[in-house]
Amino acid sequence: MATRFWRNERFLQVLGQAAFLLLVLYLVYALYNNMVRALQLQGLVTGFSFLQQTAGFDIGERLISYSRSSSYLRAFQVGLLNTILVSALGILFATALGMVVGAARLSTNYLVKSLAKVYIEIVRNIPLLVLLVFWYTDFFLKLPTIKEAWIFPGPIYFTNRGIAIPWGIATASFRTYLWILMLGLLITLGMTWLLILKGRRTGRPPLVTLWSLVTFLGVAVLGWILFPQPPLTVDIPYIDGLNIAAGLTLSPEFMALVSGLVIYTAAFIGEIVRAGVQSVSKGQLEAARSLGLNAFQSLRLVVFPQALRVIVPPLTSQYLNLTKNSSLAIAVGYPELFSVSGTIFNQTGRAVEVITLIMATYLSISLVTSLFMNWYNYKVRLAEG
Amino acid sequence: MSKVPPSRALPPITKRFTALDWLYKNLFSPWYNILLTLLASLILYAILKPTILWILNKARWEVIGANLRLLAVGQYPADQAWRIWLCLYLLVGMIGLTWGVWARMRRLTLAAWLTFFPLIALIVHGSPLAKPLLPLVPSHLWGGLLLTLLLTVVGMVFSFPIGVVLALGRQSKLPVIRLFSVVYIELVRGVPLITMLFMAQLMLPLFLPAGVTIDRVLRTMVGITLFSAAYMAENVRGGLQAVPKGQYEAANALGLGGFQTMMNIILPQALRAVIPVLVGQFIGLFKDTSLVAVVGLLDLLGIANSVLAQPAFIGLQREVYLFICATYWLFSYSMSYASQRLEIALGVGQR
Repeated sequence: MATRFWRNERFLQVLGQAAFLLLVLYLVYALYNNMVRALQLQGLVTGFSFLQQTAGFDIGERLISYSRSSSYLRAFQVGLLNTILVSALGILFATALGMVVGAARLSTNYLVKSLAKVYIEIVRNIPLLVLLVFWYTDFFLKLPTIKEAWIFPGPIYFTNRGIAIPWGIATASFRTYLWILMLGLLITLGMTWLLILKGRRTGRPPLVTLWSLVTFLGVAVLGWILFPQPPLTVDIPYIDGLNIAAGLTLSPEFMALVSGLVIYTAAFIGEIVRAGVQSVSKGQLEAARSLGLNAFQSLRLVVFPQALRVIVPPLTSQYLNLTKNSSLAIAVGYPELFSVSGTIFNQTGRAVEVITLIMATYLSISLVTSLFMNWYNYKVRLAEG
Repeated sequence: MSKVPPSRALPPITKRFTALDWLYKNLFSPWYNILLTLLASLILYAILKPTILWILNKARWEVIGANLRLLAVGQYPADQAWRIWLCLYLLVGMIGLTWGVWARMRRLTLAAWLTFFPLIALIVHGSPLAKPLLPLVPSHLWGGLLLTLLLTVVGMVFSFPIGVVLALGRQSKLPVIRLFSVVYIELVRGVPLITMLFMAQLMLPLFLPAGVTIDRVLRTMVGITLFSAAYMAENVRGGLQAVPKGQYEAANALGLGGFQTMMNIILPQALRAVIPVLVGQFIGLFKDTSLVAVVGLLDLLGIANSVLAQPAFIGLQREVYLFICATYWLFSYSMSYASQRLEIALGVGQR
């Protein structure tokens, strides 16, 4: 006797899914309908054509040319580039500080260990937004005026109008120098490849990172010396009356955002690094030492590759968190993606389009970051079997 | 043949481990640790001295005393404050009850918790039906720590069932349901919370049928719940994956159907395994609720900002922010401490 079709599992599954799909589609349709009606009531049109209109507002900090008469799209791009800048710098410095904190947490020195622990426990249990607002209003805005600036060797000036640091100015030969750097990169890549091949043949892993760094720096320095005119001249900031002239002035908003993100994320990365290193069993280190590897070799060849496997996945999510958290810039007034989009929304009232644009952009950034980190994770994975 | 003299038993070494030894071992042992100790002491001194001097001498703490009520419950009417106290007493009572009878009467305790949350909502919000006793307190009057805690609890409680369903959907054999769950989870996890909050504030009203409106606080709660559900789903999925395949097979062999297997065999084990993770998510959400200040709600941070906007208290950022930092810290740290103890008590990963 054949199964009746209403008791056939395959059939029921298909029916259930079809019903679910219909329900979802109906829900989306109903929501969309409501939205269109509501927008019509408010007399709003939909579509992304408004992006071509003149923005008419200023953005203080930008990496590409922008003015009041630029389009909304251009304003959006300025914000996007600022987000990428803040995230990249944040990730770089947070990783560096996080490594230091993680190492301090593993130190045999009681004071250093406790200091790192207290730092981690304080920072991890306070909301990032509170930390950012506090840090911005109570430190960066309360720095001395330009007349009484704190001066650090460099010279670096700390003032309530920003932090001024020395910066390079490109001279005529800068473009040629960039080509030389590209050449250096190519040579380095070739050499890295050769080193890896040699390592495979002889079975003795060479210090690939060290040697590639040396090669690249060698080419860079050689190029710098051989040029008749150096490609960059150092631009040293100085105080000129009530302003800071020359150099590069980083705004309090930018500094508060980047340093706040770094301080916050480094605490999490520190814990991740500690957990990763502690996950490698002590026997591994002892075995490496008994095979005759010295302390540095056993760290480089035995402990570190194993720790990295535990470290990379949570590190990825911290990087993604940092990128998403950069949207809190709106609280300190740094014009990144979210904050610029907020201004665009206030001027145009296009809630749906602006929110769609923001979400799509953040999704793409997250996707690219996680693709890269997944590739890296694949590279450092445990090669089993 | 010489006779071996009987060896006299030596007394055990009784080297006393003195404070000096401890110092030597932990602070000055290899030479570089001396430098590290010095450096750390310098940092500690540079931070602690001005901080302590400021806290004791210069800080104007009266701003906290004058605004303590605002910071705690916002503009919740003073004559109704007893309702908040009642909720706190009830909460403490519930925790004590759970502690005491959890092992014997799980179903009863669970049912008690399930009725507890609507009860709290009723007490805080009031109802037109219970007018003389519990007059309505509209949600725009809620604020401060009260609002922060309410947002957290509501977000967590409502996202739990959604998260479990999404996690099961992601594991499902049915492609349509799996795809829907994956898309939802990844979409939400890929965007910052603040965009979800903005969406809840600006787009949610557009989605509703004409004539239906919901207020700001409720919209924010919806946004937080939808956001939290995606993270909840991933956490629960971790628990589901930790349940060995043999459990499914054994349940099948006993003749349990798919639903029964899930409810009686898989989910109890999966959820027990993720309790510490869920506490972590609770702490994360507690901290994340501070973002509602950006969309104009008066939670702990929002109230702090409005206190600082009063003419009498301008320029007292350090006092006010330090106070709310301490409040946030106290709550988060005690929860994470409790979760560490819970992890040990549950024996996660040991059974």
